[in-house]
Amino acid sequence: MATTTRPARTPAAAGGSRDRGPSVGSLLARTPAVVLAGGLAVVFLFPLVWAAVASVSPQGGTAQSVGWGFANYVTLANYQAGIWQYLLNSVIVSGLTVVLTLTTSLLGGYAFAMFRFPGKDLLFLLTLAILMVPYATLLIPLYVLLNALGLSNSLVGLALVLTMFQLPFATFMMRISFESVPRELEESALVDGCGTFGALRRVLLPAVKPGLITVGLFAFLAAWNDFITPLILISDSGKVPLPLAVANMRQQVMGIVDYGATEAGVVVLALPCVVLFLLLQRHYVRGFMSGALKG
Amino acid sequence: MTTTTTPTVPAVAARPRGRRRPLRSSRAVVGWLYATPTLVFLVLFFLVPVLLVVRMSLSDWPLFAGDRGLNAPDNYVAAVDLRLFWPAVAFTLTYTVVTTVILLAVSLGLALLVQESSRWKSLVRTAFLVPSALGLASASLLFYALYSPQSGPFGQALQGLGVVDEPVSFLGTPTSALWSTVFLIVWRFAGFYMLLLLVGLQAISGDVYEAARIDGAGWWQTFTRITVPLLRPSLALCTILCVTGSLLAFDQFYILTKGGPDNSTVTIVQLVYNVAFQGQNDLGVAAAVSMIVLGALVLLNVAQLKGLRGGDR
Repeated sequence: MATTTRPARTPAAAGGSRDRGPSVGSLLARTPAVVLAGGLAVVFLFPLVWAAVASVSPQGGTAQSVGWGFANYVTLANYQAGIWQYLLNSVIVSGLTVVLTLTTSLLGGYAFAMFRFPGKDLLFLLTLAILMVPYATLLIPLYVLLNALGLSNSLVGLALVLTMFQLPFATFMMRISFESVPRELEESALVDGCGTFGALRRVLLPAVKPGLITVGLFAFLAAWNDFITPLILISDSGKVPLPLAVANMRQQVMGIVDYGATEAGVVVLALPCVVLFLLLQRHYVRGFMSGALKG
Repeated sequence: MTTTTTPTVPAVAARPRGRRRPLRSSRAVVGWLYATPTLVFLVLFFLVPVLLVVRMSLSDWPLFAGDRGLNAPDNYVAAVDLRLFWPAVAFTLTYTVVTTVILLAVSLGLALLVQESSRWKSLVRTAFLVPSALGLASASLLFYALYSPQSGPFGQALQGLGVVDEPVSFLGTPTSALWSTVFLIVWRFAGFYMLLLLVGLQAISGDVYEAARIDGAGWWQTFTRITVPLLRPSLALCTILCVTGSLLAFDQFYILTKGGPDNSTVTIVQLVYNVAFQGQNDLGVAAAVSMIVLGALVLLNVAQLKGLRGGDR
């Protein structure tokens, strides 16, 4: 667009200038960038490292002085219903959400990619339309709806709602996954006497596994980290998932915030996410760098 | 993986002609069966709530009493008359503009810094990306502790360096609360937007830069004349995501400031929450505020889609 001269001499010039050798000049030119980037990396990592250190350190804001160790975690563990209860709540909600999202998007993706049926396009468009409607504005009617269904204050209700919010991404992802599978694979399975379900289970499932892993990871992270949905849908303080419990704990202690225990809570909350991210970042980053450009 | 032994039968194409029709229609039925769970979720937890929020916004609907019949347009009048309605709109818009500008600038800077791959750059990239693995609520709780005037490291460092004499109140004044939150958001999201921008940068061919270099363009000229224009689709995507996300901000303010000090950081979603569940307990008015947000966002999305399409080619 803005370039005016056509680069007729480019190939030759490019060949000449792309010397890979670490000449003194280029090293010198690079140093400020390295220092700047390194400094910024420290800035980005600092809060996480600080949280980990502070969670086992004696500071913390409460009057009683404790030494280095897990005292903050003990405080966290003993908060009201106990951390195990809140962890369990989080695990139930996240697990249910992951299972429901995977099942629904697997079957839906199969239908959208491999079958023709009336109303298919409309249904798919409506699924994507969930993205157009802001999350928070649906929570008020969902609160009323779940009450009417007898699912108020229940982890199952919470998981159902979280699954619905996952559907646009999950269905889209699974549809693409199925569409990239060669048609012959399904047809040959059908000819061999598998029903469509047999073909799905035995032949197609392994082929769409990368898509399922991505969908599962996103569903887990979304459910594990969600805050506003349980805040609105769950009123029983013993039934809230961990993020809400940690936030509540912070507010409860008579105006004095126990920063140490809060830090411990943050570590427990963040640890699975950071570990999963580091384990899967290869797939995640590559998926973005290669595929996400389309669109 | 463990694909069961299904040798491909060569006669795939030789399916009897006559059976085609019934086969296809029965396949349509099967297709519908597989799509049924999606349909159920869609109808029950999306379409019904969408219709319900419309109905609620037109009805007298106290939190504990339920539907007491239509009262349109009372809720909309009451919504706009809420003491905090316009302040919340103004604050949400301010926050959105500030966040979007700063976040995009920082993310673009990071992306340019780590653009080509090398070992140290991919390490740095990971460092930038790690915060985006955290939930927004976790990140907000973390920064709540970081901002603690007494035990937080920022306050301690400022006092230790002698910059200030008293504990600093990072969340105590309207201005500092806004900037502290923006800082948290930049920390949490910059890596993710950097990744989106890197995808865009990757798509710009090296030849274009080479040509510019030959033409004698300096760094700044190359950046403004080539990088930014060619990066427009990626920048637009980041802008849409950031604007939409910021207009619906909730977790960060609920956790860091609870809307304070003096209601200066009440966002629209916080207002919906307050009207529905704190004090007023009026679901009808909360639904009306929701409808206003919904309408505004749908309009915004349509406009952005149009702009993107139109601007593309």
